[in-house]
Amino acid sequence: MHEVDMTKCLLLSMEEWKRGQEPQTPVVTAVHLQVGAFTCVEPEALRFTFAAAVQGSWLDGSTLEIESVPLRARCLACSSAYNPDPERAYRSPCCDRPMEEIVSGRELRIRSVDYSLPHQISDPAAVPPR
Amino acid sequence: MHMPLSDTLGLNLLAANQHQAEHNREHFEAWNLLCLNVMSSPGAGKTSLLERTITALAPQLEMAVLEGDMTTQLDAQRLEAVGVPVVPITTGRACHLDAAMVSGGLRQLQARLNPADLDLLWVENVGNLVCPAEFEVGEHLKVALLSVTEGEDKPLKYPVMFREADCVLITKVDLLPYLSIDVSRIEAHIHAVNPEAVVFQLSASSGAGLDAWHQWLLATTRERSCRAELAEVG
Ligand SMILES: Nc1nc2c(ncn2[C@@H]2O[C@H](COP(=O)(O)OP(=O)(O)OP(=O)(O)O)[C@@H](O)[C@H]2O)c(=O)[nH]1
Ligand SMILES: [Mg+2]
Ligand SMILES: [Zn+2]
Ligand SMILES: [Zn+2]
Ligand SMILES: [Zn+2]
Repeated sequence: MHEVDMTKCLLLSMEEWKRGQEPQTPVVTAVHLQVGAFTCVEPEALRFTFAAAVQGSWLDGSTLEIESVPLRARCLACSSAYNPDPERAYRSPCCDRPMEEIVSGRELRIRSVDYSLPHQISDPAAVPPR
Repeated sequence: MHMPLSDTLGLNLLAANQHQAEHNREHFEAWNLLCLNVMSSPGAGKTSLLERTITALAPQLEMAVLEGDMTTQLDAQRLEAVGVPVVPITTGRACHLDAAMVSGGLRQLQARLNPADLDLLWVENVGNLVCPAEFEVGEHLKVALLSVTEGEDKPLKYPVMFREADCVLITKVDLLPYLSIDVSRIEAHIHAVNPEAVVFQLSASSGAGLDAWHQWLLATTRERSCRAELAEVG
């Protein structure tokens, strides 16, 4: 269950981001991730552990949006991109080359955060006109 | 009314672990030692190989081991027995070492010796072919073991591990006569997912293939310390 540790890492990064917002306290509605197919992360397991981990925390009520990024490689013989297939040992279908250059699929990225800043002076809606 | 906002982070999910790993690596650089992260499925032969390799290289290299083990200190005791300093890192529930655990192990190591006296620091990871590949600990190189009894398809089933490895050791080749396994297919599968991997076939039991692996280790360790000296001079 390494997704538990992945989630811990994610929450640490989110804490860091929250500190960067001080003195305001953001209310997070969604965390957007990109998870590559060529990683050890199972999106379903990650969603599950995230939901359990944020209960009662400042992230309670936020959702985890996971965009899956397919594995893509580039054949260095002819430059064409392909979807490596384990059935063909990930080799390029065009020239039967090994998987040399991975173009996408290794992503484990916190892409963005949706949030609002309630009842704070810097909340544009809350600043009274001078 | 609250304005919905959005921040682009573009941050690695494992950034917290990577920061700690970078920090560990800075220590390794300052101590001028080479750190190898040794990974495999349970029982592929990590500890057996380290027993042989450490014994063989002890006259030439100063070494120590950080031993990741889920619950026991058995592997640590086996390696202490060959005369090398070992710090056990009991990981409990965790199925991999992370950079913070290794940092804790380094502090214990420092209490026993001066790491600057070391040439090579081994990290034996928890037996697991999946997540140790994603959790850097600050190592310079990843070494993955695959025993011949595990089957030809493992590099294709656990491709991330074999892609990330700098060096792959096909172990227990002494058992090949008893198996219907084509070791050249294992090697072909490793190179299909990772054309740049350095691959050795060896056996910790019979000693076959150990020389080539040891020569590679000596060359890699020396190359590193030469580079470090050059950096200091120039
Ligand atoms: N035949 C044969 N057996 C081996 C060889 N290397 C290790 N073994 C056996 O494989 C079993 C596991 O070896 P270990 O060295 O404990 O493997 P490990 O990877 O350290 O195991 P964990 O740390 O528990 O994941 C032991 O019974 C060893 O004796 C080898 O080269 N040939
Ligand atoms: Mg072991
Ligand atoms: Zn091609
Ligand atoms: Zn430090
Ligand atoms: Zn794990």
